[in-house]
Parts: sequence; structure tokens; C-alpha cells
Amino acid sequence: MTAPAHDVPHSVHSTGPAAEDYGPGVAGFEASGGDWDEIAREAIGEERIVVNMGPQHPSTHGVLRLMLEIDGETVTEARCGIGYLHTGIEKNMEYRTWTQGTTFCTRMDYLAPLFQEAAYCLGTERLLGITDDVPERAGVIRVLMMELNRVASHLVCLGTGGNEMGATTIMTLGFTAREEILRLFEAVTGLRMNHAYIRPGGVAQDVPEGFTENVRSLLPSLRKYIGMLGDLMLANPIFKSRLQGVGVLNLSGAFALGVTGPVLRSAGHPYDVRKAFPYSGYEDYDFDVPTDTAADCYARVVLRIEECYQSLKIVEQCLARLDDTVGAPVMVADKKIAWPAQLAVGSDGQGNSLDHIRKIMGTSMEALIHHFKLVTEGFGVPAGQAWQTVEHPRGELGVHVVSDGGTRPYRAHFRDPSFNNLQAVSVMCEGGQVADVVVAVASLDPVLGGVDR
Amino acid sequence: MSEHSGEVERRQQGPTAEVVRETTGMFGVQGTGDTSGYGGLTRTVTMPAAASRPYGGWFDEVVDVLAEVLGEAGVSFADAVERVVITDPRRTAEGEGPSRDAEMTLYVAREHLMAVCRALRDDQDLRFELSLGVSGVHYPDDVGRELHAVYHLTSVTHGRRLRLEVTCPDDDPHLPSTTTVYPANDWHERETWDFFGIVFEGHPALARIEMPDDWPGHPQRKDYPLGGIPVEYKGATVPPPNVRREYS
Repeated sequence: MTAPAHDVPHSVHSTGPAAEDYGPGVAGFEASGGDWDEIAREAIGEERIVVNMGPQHPSTHGVLRLMLEIDGETVTEARCGIGYLHTGIEKNMEYRTWTQGTTFCTRMDYLAPLFQEAAYCLGTERLLGITDDVPERAGVIRVLMMELNRVASHLVCLGTGGNEMGATTIMTLGFTAREEILRLFEAVTGLRMNHAYIRPGGVAQDVPEGFTENVRSLLPSLRKYIGMLGDLMLANPIFKSRLQGVGVLNLSGAFALGVTGPVLRSAGHPYDVRKAFPYSGYEDYDFDVPTDTAADCYARVVLRIEECYQSLKIVEQCLARLDDTVGAPVMVADKKIAWPAQLAVGSDGQGNSLDHIRKIMGTSMEALIHHFKLVTEGFGVPAGQAWQTVEHPRGELGVHVVSDGGTRPYRAHFRDPSFNNLQAVSVMCEGGQVADVVVAVASLDPVLGGVDR
Repeated sequence: MSEHSGEVERRQQGPTAEVVRETTGMFGVQGTGDTSGYGGLTRTVTMPAAASRPYGGWFDEVVDVLAEVLGEAGVSFADAVERVVITDPRRTAEGEGPSRDAEMTLYVAREHLMAVCRALRDDQDLRFELSLGVSGVHYPDDVGRELHAVYHLTSVTHGRRLRLEVTCPDDDPHLPSTTTVYPANDWHERETWDFFGIVFEGHPALARIEMPDDWPGHPQRKDYPLGGIPVEYKGATVPPPNVRREYS
């Protein structure tokens, strides 16, 4: 290779010789063949390779960007870059009524929408001081929906986790099983995700007729699917060698980094918000909190499968309670907080029932005024702040709601478990292989919709 | 312990409710267009006021132990904790014990935040070992204390929850970083810097986390507009949410 002559006028070709791109003073190196290690040693003294994994990468669960400094196949430093899915949901909630807030927060962690709704509504009810006035049936429906959602979320975690290691069957099996649960959600809320079903004061509407039988008839097949997943994964020698001893985060590390959920429990601590700070009547349900001590990715898979079985156990108890409370209210009696509309299926899909319209338009001016005011303004919430957490599939989800006494949240902050847990990526990945990064991140199960909000 | 309790009581006597905002009129109408009849109405909205002893439940114990531990470290409780607030909307009768939803907030002076955090984490009777992050709140009308950082602590050992609230003025938005005590707060402080512009002194890498690195402004502040464009729907034009009428 010869050095380009600098006095030659710039070529008409768009791609000139590479050396012309650099001004004087920039060191250039010429090499023709040879070993890259030797060239690099000669040129910069050391070899330092930083690899960007993501944000567009199928194994990053969305738009997570991992910056890995690697030495051969060994990861020497790992850092996360997030924010690619930031949509300003918290800011938007400050411009909507308290009731409309559920429509926004349900879109944060899109694999576990009902947990955001429940945490936000429980926080709002705390501010209103009506926690005890929420009807029992509403609490049972909330628990039922959350536990089904937990199973659905864990199934995606296990399925995509398997897919990332090349086991497509695990993924198809996980998604097939999840589909059954989404069908139940659709029957109750009308939607497969983004439900906005749990509302301050209760739930939007009662479960449809025959729902409990539907769920009951589905439980055996769900158990079968989870059993098949377990059979596919837990004794598989390739699976075990990829996961065991990988992504280790011990107990003190987990506490220092605020890591909760299955990752904390895989290190041996049985901390579960459902047991430690019960909400929605969780203290009345019989279930166990599985733990492990291996603190590695394999232990987290085992725990997630165990948690699915425990959730189904809670679901069964919920179904019995639903059968005992048929016809009971699912929204607080206070009409100022309960959404004032009386919905019925009309010719254009859904709207206020004709009886309700006839009543407020024809017989009661007061009712009409109140209806109008409550629908346009929403209800006021006394000034103050509240902190409510729920046990999310990925850890402890916290909601900090602040009211200035108005009809909109003054501030709604969500402490998403995935956001916090991603801080552990460097601890879990550094010193391991590049291939272990995929496994370690999958064991944290981050959902970037929740991370970035 | 007794002399510290005395300090605690003295501390609570001043009028110490946080002003959120002053409102005039109703329905968001101002000036000559206001025919609502509410034009002369002025209201001051405040956050719940400082609580008085006994707080009830475990709250007294935590405050007493904290005062004692801080005293041993040479920090006066009265200087460190400006006010103790119990939020309990469900408690109706005076003298009744706190309900299950009761929450305690300690308003901590920023220069003593580290000492308070260390005491809360390390003392065996406090043991708030799990930090669930930091969230910011912007109160533009709370003059001299516009920016608040709220820390959510959990004691897994004792099954308790506690909230610390630290304030700083808009023209000096500096708070100490708690990452040396609670490493979990790393990203949460970055988020609070990103959204509110609070500078956490001593943070290992206080960079923006959600917004792009070159983003101007701090989006969660109240003076930062939401933005949005009008949307046409079935012939009518729906204004963007930030210019719709406010009722509160």
C-alpha cells in the first residue's frame, strides 16, 4: 500500500482514499495482513473492545442497550443504556383525572399491566382513606386477575428466556399457555393487554357470567403446560450447563442494589410484599413463597415455575370466593368516586344505559349536574402523599402518588422493579462470557416498557 | 434518650405545613370573564401538617431511637429532622391509634441526610436496609423549597416503611447523594436529576438516564410544558391535554 499524494486534487469519486479523511496530526496505521492482536498491540498498546449489544437485539427484551467491554469472550465491564422507550407516562398522568390515570399506568410494563393498575388504585384509595370501603368482591377479582397475570408474565419470561438460548419449543409452549390466560382477560376486561380494568374504588365491571367455570376448566391445561415447560427445561443438561452458576447475585448484593422479587428469593430471602405488607386481602389466602439458595439463573427459573403453581393455588381460592359473593358490588358505594356512568351495550357498542339517561335527563336535575361534573372533572382527592407497593412478577412495584387536593394527580411516580433490577447487570455479567450476558439479563426479566415509562 | 425526646417535642410546635399552592376563583377562569361568582375565593392548599405526640404504633419508637442514634453521632435531632408528619386519611377520631394505611414522613435537612440514612440503615432497632428508590416532586409555590426528593425506605427485618423528604431551593438544587449508603439509589438519583434537575453531590456518574444526553430542561418540572397537538375527531377538534380547562 502506498501513501496517497496530498497534492493531488480531490477525486470526483465519492470515496476517496481513507487517509484523506484525517487531518494532519492524526496517527495512521497501515497494515497488510497479519495477526490482529499484533497490529493492535503495536498500534495502541492494548486491545480494548467495546461491543454494543442492542438497543435493537432480540435477546434484550425490548430496547435495552448493553455496552460490553470484552476481552476475547470474557466480559470485563458491562453497562446498561436505557431510555429508548421513554414515553412520559408519569408526566401525562398529571394532566388527566385520577380515574383516567389507570389507562396510562397500565401501559408501563405491558406484560404485567394489572399490577400497575392495582398499585396505582390502592395508592389512590389510601389517599382517599377508603381502603376498607372497597368491596370484598372487588378485592377478590383484583387478586384473581393479578395472579393470572403473574402466571402469564412468568410464562413469557420462561418462554423468551428459552428462545434466547435457541430453544424455540420453549417459547412456543410458553406463548401458547399465555394465550389461554389472555383469553380470560379478554372475557373480563375486553382487552388482552392495557386493560384499565382496576379503577380507584374497585374494578370497572363484574366478571361475566360463567367466568369461574371457564377458569376452572382451564386450570388443568395451564398446569399441564407449566409441567411441560418444567420437563423441557429443568433436567435438560444443555439448559443446566448454560444456567447453573451463571448470573450469580448474592443476598447482600441484592439488598444493597434494591433487587427484589424472584432474583432476591433465589438468594434465599423469602421477602414477598404479599406476605410482608399484605394488600387486597392477601393475608387471607393460603400460599407459599418458594425460595432457593443457589442465587443463579437456574434457581430463578425453578422459582418462577414454582410461583406459577402457587399463583394457580391462589386463583382456585379466588374462584371459590367469587362463587360465594355472586351479585355483590365491585365498586365502592360512594357514587362520587365510583364512575357515575351506568354502562350498557347499545347500538354503537357501549354507552350509558337508556334507563340511566332517562333518569338523569328526565327526573333529576341534581343527578344530571353531578353526572356532568364527575365525568368532566373527576373526583377530588385530599392533599397528601401515599406510597403503595405490590408484589410484581419482577419484584416490588412501588407507586408514589401525590395529590394537591385537586382532581388530577399532582405527581405519580412508579418505582418499577425492572428499572431497579437492571442495575445488577454489571455485577451479574462482569467476569462471565458474552453468552452468559444473554442468560443473566433474561433471568432479571426486564420489560423495557416498565423501565423507561 | 429523654433529652432527645424533649428536643423532638420542641421541634413540633411551629406551624409547619407545606404549602402546595394558592388558588383563586374556580373552574380555571380568570379576570373579567369570570362570571362564576367564585372570583373572590382564595384557598391555600397545604400538605398534612406536622404530627403531635404520641404518633401511635411503632412511629414513636423509631423517632426516639433515631434521635438517640443521631445524638451519639453528634447530630442534634432537631437540626436533622425538621418535622415529623403522619399521613393517615382513615383515622377519623383524635387519639385513636394509626390505621393500617398510616405512613410516616420525616422531613430531613439536606446537610444531615447522610447521617440520618446511615443511622436508619445500620442501627439494629431501625434497620431500614432496603431502599426502594428516590422520586422527585416539584412544588413551584413552596418558595425556597421548590424541589423535593422523596426516599422510600423499607425495613424487612421489622416490617416497617418510612419516607424521607428532603427539599432544596430552585436556585441551589443540590442534595447529597445517598449512593454510598444505599447503592440502589444510583439510577433513581440519575432519574431525579434527569426529570427535576436536582444535582446529587457525590454521585458516581450523574448523567441523564431516560432523556437523551443533550436534552434541554427537566421534563417533570411543573414549568416544563407537556406539549401536544390538537386532534380532530369526528369533525370536532380536541385540544391537547395541557390546554384543556383545569377544574382544581
